Amino acid sequence: MKLIILDHYSQASEWAAKYIRNRIIQFNPGPDKYFTLGLPTGLPREHPESYHSFMWNNFFKHIDIHPENTHILDGNAADLQAECDAFEEKIKAAGGIELFVGGIGPDGHVAFNEPGSSLVSRTRVKTLAMDTILANARFFDGKLASVPTMALTVGVGTVMDAREVMILITGAHKAFALYKAIEEGVNHMWTVSAFQQHPHSVFVCDEDATLELKGKTVKYFKGLMLVHNKLVDPLYSIKEKEIDKSQSSKKPYSD
Amino acid sequence: MRGGQGVARAPVLQFTNCRILRGGALLREDLWVRGGRILDPEKLFFEERRVADEQRDCGGRILAPGFIDVQINGGFGVDFSQATEDVGLGVALVARRILSHGVTSFCPTLVTSPPEVYHKVLPQIPVTSGGPHGAGVLGLHLEGPFISREKRGAHPEAHLRSFEANAFHDVLATYGPLDNVRIVTLAPELGRSHEVIRELTARGICVSLGHSVADLRAAEAAVQSGATFITHLFNAMLPFHHRDPGIVGLLTSDQLPPGRGIFYGMIADGTHTNPAALRIAHRAHPQGLVLVTDAIPALGLGNGRHTLGQQEVEVDGLTAYVAGTTTLSGSIAPMDVCVRHFLQATGCSVESALEAASLHPAQLLGLEKCKGTLDFGADADFVVLDDSLHVRATYISGELVWQAEEARQ
Repeated sequence: MKLIILDHYSQASEWAAKYIRNRIIQFNPGPDKYFTLGLPTGLPREHPESYHSFMWNNFFKHIDIHPENTHILDGNAADLQAECDAFEEKIKAAGGIELFVGGIGPDGHVAFNEPGSSLVSRTRVKTLAMDTILANARFFDGKLASVPTMALTVGVGTVMDAREVMILITGAHKAFALYKAIEEGVNHMWTVSAFQQHPHSVFVCDEDATLELKGKTVKYFKGLMLVHNKLVDPLYSIKEKEIDKSQSSKKPYSD
Repeated sequence: MRGGQGVARAPVLQFTNCRILRGGALLREDLWVRGGRILDPEKLFFEERRVADEQRDCGGRILAPGFIDVQINGGFGVDFSQATEDVGLGVALVARRILSHGVTSFCPTLVTSPPEVYHKVLPQIPVTSGGPHGAGVLGLHLEGPFISREKRGAHPEAHLRSFEANAFHDVLATYGPLDNVRIVTLAPELGRSHEVIRELTARGICVSLGHSVADLRAAEAAVQSGATFITHLFNAMLPFHHRDPGIVGLLTSDQLPPGRGIFYGMIADGTHTNPAALRIAHRAHPQGLVLVTDAIPALGLGNGRHTLGQQEVEVDGLTAYVAGTTTLSGSIAPMDVCVRHFLQATGCSVESALEAASLHPAQLLGLEKCKGTLDFGADADFVVLDDSLHVRATYISGELVWQAEEARQ
C-alpha cells in the first residue's frame, strides 16, 4: 500500500488527478489498447441528480471520450441481476480494469459494498444502509422517502480484480474508517480493508483523515512523500511523450 | 429550417472554448446545436451515444443569445413608415445590416402615420424567420397615432388620432388588418383606451404605454387591463414626481396584477437618458429593463438631413433632432453600442446587460421558450462577443450569418 498524505482536500485531489494522468500516459493507450478506468456506481437514472448527470457534468463533458466507451450500470433495467452480470462481462471484454478510483464511506464501504458485504462479491443489487440513505437524502430535497433503498454496485471482488486501486479519503469524518481499513485486520464490516490484500493500492488522504491513525503510521508515510511525489513530478504530457520516447522507459515506483 | 423529422440526422455542431450565457450566468460550457436549435449534449451522449460532427473553437469568447430590438424605425436610409412600392426590400436591407449589430430578431416600428400608410405598409411586412438573409421579423410595432398631443415628440401632429368614438373599430379602421402586428404603443388617458387595450391583448398583441400624460393611477389601470410595456421610459411622458410618479411609477407599483411584471424600453445611447436616470430605473426594477435602439432611418448613415415618417431630421454625430428644433428625433446608436453603454453607465454585470437586450424582450413578447436564451430547445440564434462586448460573429438557426472582418483571416 502507498499511503499519500497531503495537507488539504484540494492538494489531495490534485495529487490524485496528477497520478491518474501520469498513469494513463505511461500506459500509452491507443485505438487497440484501451485504458480502462473504473469508478464506483451511484444513483438511479431517472432522477435529475442522477448518476448520469453527475458523470456528465463532472467528467464526460470535459473530455473527448466517445459514448461507446462509457459503461454505466442501468438501475432501470428490466432484469437487474442480468444487468449486473452483463457488466461483469463488459469488464472482462475490455481486458479488465486497469485502475479503479473510489472513495470510502464513514462505515468503511467502497462503492455500495456496505458492512457485511462479502469480500469476494461481484456486481449485484445491494440494499443500502441507513447511513448511506441519509447521506443521499441531499440529492432528493432531503426527503428520505424519495431516496432509493437499493443500488447496483460493483462488488469488492470486482474491484480487487483491478490491476490497481486508488482510494480517496478526505475529512475527519472518514478518519475512523481509514484507521479500520489500514491499521486493523481485513474485515467484511469495513470492506475497504480488503485492499490490504491487493498488490497495488494507493490511499490518498488529507491530514484530517489521518486523525485516528497511529502517530508512527503517519510519520512513516509522510517520510515516504519525497519518493511518492516522484509519481506526480514530472507531470507527463502526451505531446511530449511522442517527442521524447525515453520517458516511457521510466517505471512507476512500487513498494 | 428548424425541427422536423430530419433533425436526428442533421449534423451536430459543438462550439467549444467559450463562455455561454445561461441561467443568468456566464458559464464555461460548450454550446451544442442541431437542426437550428440548442441541443442537450447529455441526452445526445447517453441516449443517442453520439459525438459532435463538427467542433468550432470560439477563442475564449462570450456566446450570448442574439439581441432582440423591439423598437426600430428603420435604418441605412430605409424608413419603415414610408409607403413605398418596395417596403419588403427596405425591411430586408435593414434586417441584413443589423446582423452586424448582433440583432437576430426585431420589430419594425412605424411612427404616427395616416391610415393610407398603414394600409399599404402593414401587409408588406409579414412575420419571417431570420437567416443568412437577415434578422427575423417578429411582428410590427405601431407607435401611434393614438397618443397624446402634448407628448407627441417627433410624431406629426396632423396625424394624431383618438378612439373615443368607436374604440377598437377606430383602431381597425386606422391600421387595417392586425395580422402582422406585435406591439401597439398608445396613451391610456385617451377615452375608451381600456376597451382597446383589452381587445388588443386578447389578440395576443402587446400593449405599450407611451407618448402620454397619464398619471400613475391611469397607468396602473391600463396595466390591469392588459398593458405590459412602457415605450422608451422617461421620454415622452410626465416626469417622475414624488406625489405622482406617473408612468415611471409603474416600475415599483404595487397595483400590478399578481404574477405579472412590467417591462420598459430604454434607449441607452448616451443621449436619450442621463446615466443617473438609467441607473435609477435599473436599480428600481432590473428584471423589466428592455434595451431598444428606437433607431431612425439615419442609423448607419452619416451626418446630414434625412426623412423620418412625415418629417425631416438632422443628424449630428450620435444624435438626431427634428430638423430646426432641439427635440430628439430618435436614436442612431446600434444595439451593441447600446449594450456597451448600458453596461458602462449602470456598472451592472455583463450578464444583466446581455439579458436586457435578449431575454427581457423575449419575455415581453412571450417568446422566452425559443428566443432570447441558450436553453436546450431554443432557436440557435446567438452572437459571439469579445470581453468588451463587441460583436465578432452572429448566428441564426446555428448558421453563421455575419462575421467581423478580422475573424475571416
